[in-house]
Amino acid sequence: MPRRLWARAGLVALVLAVSIWYLYPLRETINLGLDLQGGIHLMLGVEVDKYVAAQVERTADDLENGLERKGVAVKRVARDGLSTIVVELASATNWNDALTVAAEFGSFEVGERDDKAGRFTLVMQERQVAQLRDDAVRQAVETIRNRVDQFGVAEPTIARQGGDRILIQLPGVQDPDRAKALIGKTALLEFRLLDARTPVEQALAGRVPESSEVIYQRRVDRETKTESRQPYVVQKRTLLTGGELTRAEVQADPNAPGNWQVAIEFTATGARVFGDVTEQNVGGHLAIILDGNLYSAPRINERIPGGRAVITGQFTVEEARDLAIVLRAGALPAPVAILEERTVGPSLGADSIRQGIIAILGSGIVVFIFMLFYYRLSGLIADVALVLNLVILLACMAAFGATLTLPGIAGIALTIGMAVDTNVLIFERIREELRVGKTPRAAIDAGFHRALRTVIDTHLTVMVTAAILYNFGTGPVKGFAVSLFVGLAASLFTAYFFTRLLFDVLYMGRRKLQAISI
Amino acid sequence: MIQLFGSPSFNFIGRRRLAYLLSAVLMVIGLGTLAVRGLRYDIDFTGGTLVQVRFEQPPSVATIRAGLARIQLGESIIQEFGDEREYIVRLPLTTTSPEELTKRITTGLAQEAGLGEFEIRRIEFVGPQVGRDLQLQALYAVLFGMVGILIYIAWAFKSLKGGVAAVVAVVHDIVICLGALSITGREFSLPVLAALLTIIGYSVNDTIVAYDRLRENRGKYSQKGKSFAEQLNDAINQTLSRTVLTALTTFMSATILLVFGGKVLEDFAFVLAVGVVTGTYSTIYIAGAIIVDWTYGVEDRAARRKKAVAKA
Repeated sequence: MPRRLWARAGLVALVLAVSIWYLYPLRETINLGLDLQGGIHLMLGVEVDKYVAAQVERTADDLENGLERKGVAVKRVARDGLSTIVVELASATNWNDALTVAAEFGSFEVGERDDKAGRFTLVMQERQVAQLRDDAVRQAVETIRNRVDQFGVAEPTIARQGGDRILIQLPGVQDPDRAKALIGKTALLEFRLLDARTPVEQALAGRVPESSEVIYQRRVDRETKTESRQPYVVQKRTLLTGGELTRAEVQADPNAPGNWQVAIEFTATGARVFGDVTEQNVGGHLAIILDGNLYSAPRINERIPGGRAVITGQFTVEEARDLAIVLRAGALPAPVAILEERTVGPSLGADSIRQGIIAILGSGIVVFIFMLFYYRLSGLIADVALVLNLVILLACMAAFGATLTLPGIAGIALTIGMAVDTNVLIFERIREELRVGKTPRAAIDAGFHRALRTVIDTHLTVMVTAAILYNFGTGPVKGFAVSLFVGLAASLFTAYFFTRLLFDVLYMGRRKLQAISI
Repeated sequence: MIQLFGSPSFNFIGRRRLAYLLSAVLMVIGLGTLAVRGLRYDIDFTGGTLVQVRFEQPPSVATIRAGLARIQLGESIIQEFGDEREYIVRLPLTTTSPEELTKRITTGLAQEAGLGEFEIRRIEFVGPQVGRDLQLQALYAVLFGMVGILIYIAWAFKSLKGGVAAVVAVVHDIVICLGALSITGREFSLPVLAALLTIIGYSVNDTIVAYDRLRENRGKYSQKGKSFAEQLNDAINQTLSRTVLTALTTFMSATILLVFGGKVLEDFAFVLAVGVVTGTYSTIYIAGAIIVDWTYGVEDRAARRKKAVAKA
């Protein structure tokens, strides 16, 4: 064989070797999509505006405190709309002082002003609003990743998707309710005091003091599945949040056998606050509230030093474990809503794999036989090229860590059909050249040469479509686009370059080539 | 050597009026069905909840409906899926959360005595916003796909006419595929969208092979004195074996997917099979014919203008 031929054969061997290296062992290298192995797919929307609103409210509180410290009497400081704070002074006399205080809040600008009425608004800068929204999603992704890691899922996908969405894929997880509760829980833990001065009946009748609210304790009886709701009147002021936690562990509840509780430990700061609060409120009740649901309201018998507490709530061991996870992983910055949810059971996944493989094998075999029958030896060459194409395609998917989905399998089946097209194009061209009386060798040369331009054109256009599909599609369509794109790229190599090589090896060595089998 | 055609010389372009008529009829049927029956969108596009249940024994739709009626969901769409033991229940968008819905469905079906054991195999919930976004994405994907093709052909063949004709052929194929989807009462789902986009690629692929041949032939001695229509007709004939062979293999692949690929791939394969046929046809008759009539139209107008100038 001439040297050029050796070099080309070497390249093919190299590609094949690298492919097999990536593919070995097959079971571990190819990621199966959720539709094939079962699992949960979730699309969450982070309610970013709630986060912005909460930040603006906090600033409003800071501003009010700042004004009071400066001796400016205020009538009202409150959030108005998403990112605006309305300030109403008791009188217009302190107008300038008020503006000086307001100027300290750098990310806000003064909007409307009415110095006679002593009223002005502060508007958060658009840039800052955008930044906060971004922060909210970023934090949410981090928190959720933390929770999923602690939950123990093999190869989860947690990715931000455009603006305010988070895509979560949990392969193999079969209990969607539990997974969703774990991921979607805001997990805002609050410690507040019960309002002992307002009787519950009075509060339920609608006469609640400005500083308090009614919060329910919901309990589901494990046997009868009935839900009970008990109202409590709780002060609105939050003394401590879950942000001050360092530890959260599951323990058996010593007072109720069969029930579990979560033991928590505060940071140094949290422990000090907790100690002070319990000292000042001996005899009162401390309400432990998670996401607006009151879990327990134990009586404070004495100052609790050391910053340890337990959350009881008739938990099962799983509930307690999940609660401990969310408390450790931290609260979500804003509530999340489930926009899309797909759960595939493992048996359905197995069925899909079986059918997909049957289909792909079927279409492969039919095309194989057809080529062999129609083009004889050249058909066999095309078939070998086809096998190489499949190997490279799968190896590329393994190398990129791409996921094989059911539409992806369809894309592969389609690639088989299209890869054959390239060989058909070339072979038909060679036959044509033979018909006009060229020698076999000249016909092979001319056939490959003339077909090249067309082959490139056709591959490029379909690859353009595949790329567009990838950019605009979601989940399953993306899978299809990936395998189509990679399959076509591989087909350029196998159906043209590799087939040519085989032709050259077969025919170029011979002195007198009488006929070729095509 | 087995050959489909030796040296074919069918007069494709000459019969283009007949093809226009056929295409017009198909398009009218397609568009008419789309207008009257519309497209049934999958929950991917509309939003809603889908629950796939597999029963131990084949149930009747009436029993399933009775079970769902217990939980006030008797109006849901219930479809057999794949085989007689497997069913899909579709619920429109509600304010109830998906987990709550699933729980209610499970209890409702469990209470119905005639149903026996069952397994919930798949739950899909798509919120309204996601569905709307996806509809837009689908539209963009198709539109940008065609723009991409137009630009590529116009650039590679230095022929805007060729690009436009190819895109018209693609639109023709899409309308017919959608019409076939609507007539057979199949749903427009994500895999169907993927199939449509593949058909766009396929249809263009075919057209390009013919254009390529036309470009290559130009300037050759044998083409001297031939009209543009004859040149194009030659190009189509010369590539005919390849066109038909490829159409055959792709059509076979699609048919096998249709038969063996399972319910999930069925609609995808159906669109593909229809698309391969119309894609091959439209290469010859739509893309080719339009470019001929367009070229002649331009030449006619130029000739008339010349005449008008000469008279004056």
